[in-house]
Amino acid sequence: MNKPLRRIALFCGFLVLALLLRDNWIQYVKADDLNGKSLNLRTRIERYAHERGNIIVDGNPVTGSAVSDSTYFKYKRTWKDGAMWAPVTGYASQNYDANQLEKINDDILTGNSDSLFFDRTLSMFTGEKKKGGNVVTTLNADAQKAAFDGLKDKKGAVAALDPKTGKILALASSPSYDPSSFAGNTKTDEKNYQVLLKDKDKPMLNRALRETYPPGSTFKVVTAAAALENGLYNSIDEPTRSPNPFKLPQSSKPLENEGTIPCTNATLKVALQWSCNTVFGKISDDLGNAKMIEEADKFGFNKEIFTPVRADASVYPKDIPPQNAMAGIGQASNRATPLQMAMVASAVANDGKLMKPYMVDQLQAPNLDSISKTEPKELSRPLSAANAQNLQKMMENVVAVGTGTKAQIPGVTVGGKTGTAQHGLNNSEKPYAWFISYAKTDSGSPVAVAVVVEDGSANRDDISGGGLAAPIAKAVMQAVLNSK
Amino acid sequence: MSVVTNTTTIGAIEAPSRRNTELMLLVFAVAIAVFAYANVGLAINGTLPAGMLGYGVGLTLLAGVGHLVVRKFAPYADPLLLPLATLLNGIGLALIWRLDQSPRLKERDNFAAVASKQLMWTAVGVALFVAVLMLLKDHRILQRYTYISMVVSLVLLILPVFFPPVYGARIWVTIPGVGSLQPGEFAKIIIAIFFSGYLMVKRDALALASRRVMGLYLPRGRDLGPILVIWALSILILVFETDLGTSLLFFGLFVVMLYVATERTSWIVFGLLMSAVGAVSVASFEPHVQQRVQAWLDPFSKTTLAQTEQIAQSLMAFGSGGTLGTGLGQGNSDLIGFAANSDFILATVGEELGLAGMMAILLMYGLIVERGVRTALAARDPFGKLLAIGLSSALAIQVFVVAGGVMGLIPLTGMTMPFIAQGGSSVVANWALIAILIRISDTARRPAPAPAPSPDAEMTQVVRP
Repeated sequence: MNKPLRRIALFCGFLVLALLLRDNWIQYVKADDLNGKSLNLRTRIERYAHERGNIIVDGNPVTGSAVSDSTYFKYKRTWKDGAMWAPVTGYASQNYDANQLEKINDDILTGNSDSLFFDRTLSMFTGEKKKGGNVVTTLNADAQKAAFDGLKDKKGAVAALDPKTGKILALASSPSYDPSSFAGNTKTDEKNYQVLLKDKDKPMLNRALRETYPPGSTFKVVTAAAALENGLYNSIDEPTRSPNPFKLPQSSKPLENEGTIPCTNATLKVALQWSCNTVFGKISDDLGNAKMIEEADKFGFNKEIFTPVRADASVYPKDIPPQNAMAGIGQASNRATPLQMAMVASAVANDGKLMKPYMVDQLQAPNLDSISKTEPKELSRPLSAANAQNLQKMMENVVAVGTGTKAQIPGVTVGGKTGTAQHGLNNSEKPYAWFISYAKTDSGSPVAVAVVVEDGSANRDDISGGGLAAPIAKAVMQAVLNSK
Repeated sequence: MSVVTNTTTIGAIEAPSRRNTELMLLVFAVAIAVFAYANVGLAINGTLPAGMLGYGVGLTLLAGVGHLVVRKFAPYADPLLLPLATLLNGIGLALIWRLDQSPRLKERDNFAAVASKQLMWTAVGVALFVAVLMLLKDHRILQRYTYISMVVSLVLLILPVFFPPVYGARIWVTIPGVGSLQPGEFAKIIIAIFFSGYLMVKRDALALASRRVMGLYLPRGRDLGPILVIWALSILILVFETDLGTSLLFFGLFVVMLYVATERTSWIVFGLLMSAVGAVSVASFEPHVQQRVQAWLDPFSKTTLAQTEQIAQSLMAFGSGGTLGTGLGQGNSDLIGFAANSDFILATVGEELGLAGMMAILLMYGLIVERGVRTALAARDPFGKLLAIGLSSALAIQVFVVAGGVMGLIPLTGMTMPFIAQGGSSVVANWALIAILIRISDTARRPAPAPAPSPDAEMTQVVRP
């Protein structure tokens, strides 16, 4: 009987070998694949297994980490003024993943980043508890508060930049949401999240980065820059040879101004002061679609911007001449995010140099050592220093005597531009009120800001960039100036 | 300890009993298990577990008693079987205790801490082990009970049909207020005894009285009868008890023993054909089996996940373990939820001890089987050979079916991992299995009695002048 016994022994050996091979297959070859399954809770469990690092503004954390009573997750994310900071931090939920900075810098915040390998190894020997690193932002707490308070019950968004560096100083969106309300994994968290998703006001939409609005008259700054850069006029005080009304090309429809304002043959400076549609519509038409796109691109249009949180691409479209003329005054298919319009103001304020906007200043190890620091980077030069200074004069004129007087700050030079963007079928819906501006001191410009307010007031005539948006911009600028 | 004296050229050899080797190995086995227990406590609570002394003393006592009984009643037994069983059982207890500590499992309905109960069942198992060694002086006695064994195993197999199914499978005998029993675990041993007794008597008839058709030896109809009965029985188990594992185990066991008894390859072909026909036809109308197959083919598909996440969770647990594992008490294998400490306990091994630990465990089972096969080879009587190979291949098939199921190699079946998994019937039955193997190996390795001295030997020697 020994021959079959030996064969059976081989057979049993084969069974064990098959198990060993299969084990190697799933635990070694397929391990990464299995770890990446969306069903696998381990990534999320690990994210909250240790005290999560913080997102820091002006040296103070705006987030926290609290011990959670869930058996799945040891810690839970908390926020201070969550609604105010949500457009910056994003959320980190036990049930619903994470987004924005909480997601992008997750490996630093959890402490699992490869760049923290040394710290982890060290703390293994010192027996220190594992803890996440910090994300230090460029934001200015006072400016953010001014922006958020300014928007209050209105729908809208604010983006403020430091023109010299591109640091994002404020990034507010309203209505907002408190990420704490669904950070856990209880039934309440689930309900809160569903309510937020279904809210027709879209509180979880980051309007400052992810919503594009028709920029309206604020875009005339870009059109004016295009005119100057392309040498359409020699000076900002030269008459523009423009009729009122301006007949749109290939169309019988005339382009008119809002109200009776002195726009016929107005100079660039006067045209911007009164926000003449006829003048800027004609400039856009004279330059043509290609040149307008070229200038808009230099200001950052038509591509996504990573701050590192992604901002939607603003759009200056390829279009037929009548639409191109309308796009030149910020209508038609022209779309811009509030961040984009803040970039326009900052490029002008920084003498024509556009800096890349960013909101993460540095990443810190758990022991507060800096792991990486973001250096300011020039993105492009939309206009020459001389042209930029001319455009500054025009924008400062707008605030001094034009439509933007509400943004005046005593003792500080302020340049700005209002906008009232029509939208909806036949402009039936309440327009968007825009204001872009910058403040200037002796040492250059410390802040440029863009504010948009969606159909805030019941009375259509009251909605204007000057009335609704300018005071918010002013408050943000003042907050930055005072904190310097 | 008799000294073998022969007049042949082989000199006098002291036949080694290997009991001291066994003792050393047992010390290691108990030490590793206690260390695992301490490791769990340190990882979860940061302190040595309070029950550590009791656990350590308990395990040492059980191993010690086992060893002393083997030393006294089976002095020539294989030295590896007892330490391997002790180590697996000890690690199993540590793993079960570890899962008892899981807050996620504590949240589940029907949660009960079972480690101390399992320790008690282990004690019962070792008691049975001792009883078998003390009472069963010679394994050949079992041969007398061939047909009684058949009846008992049939009763044990059919019994669960009359009890309500537990989680979709009728493999339990539940007596309210008393407890529940998995008779299949005991039937595995008893049916091996029946097969051995039956085949020992019939092997010649089965092997020789056959017709040759197309190169294969086909058995006569009357010899075929009992085989068809077993085949039908395993199909019936599959249909009425929806117990894929047990039916696979019995049929596999029978084919293996038939092959060993008759030395006819045709029986394997015949057996495989019959099991294939049975499995396919049952799978074609039994939704429970179909679900299992579907879950095996694509554990992450939407339809599978709607029915069960278990295999997917088990695979992810293995995956997250990687090469070295997370360390005991530091993994998330409790995400498997239901049956995490019984059918799926290997997933905890995979996640917390990693590929290395998992391979070590699988090789330990492999080693038990190897010692069993070696015992079969060394056994001098056909009954002992058949019983030893039957028991060890039953263990091998069971390990393959369970481990293959949780690792997604074959469809999942409702069986438990011998010694490691939680479950009283399983641990008690497997200790009895080891006891029988030890008894056979003792007989097999016992030195042959010295030949009776021949009175003529001296006289016939050539005396040189």
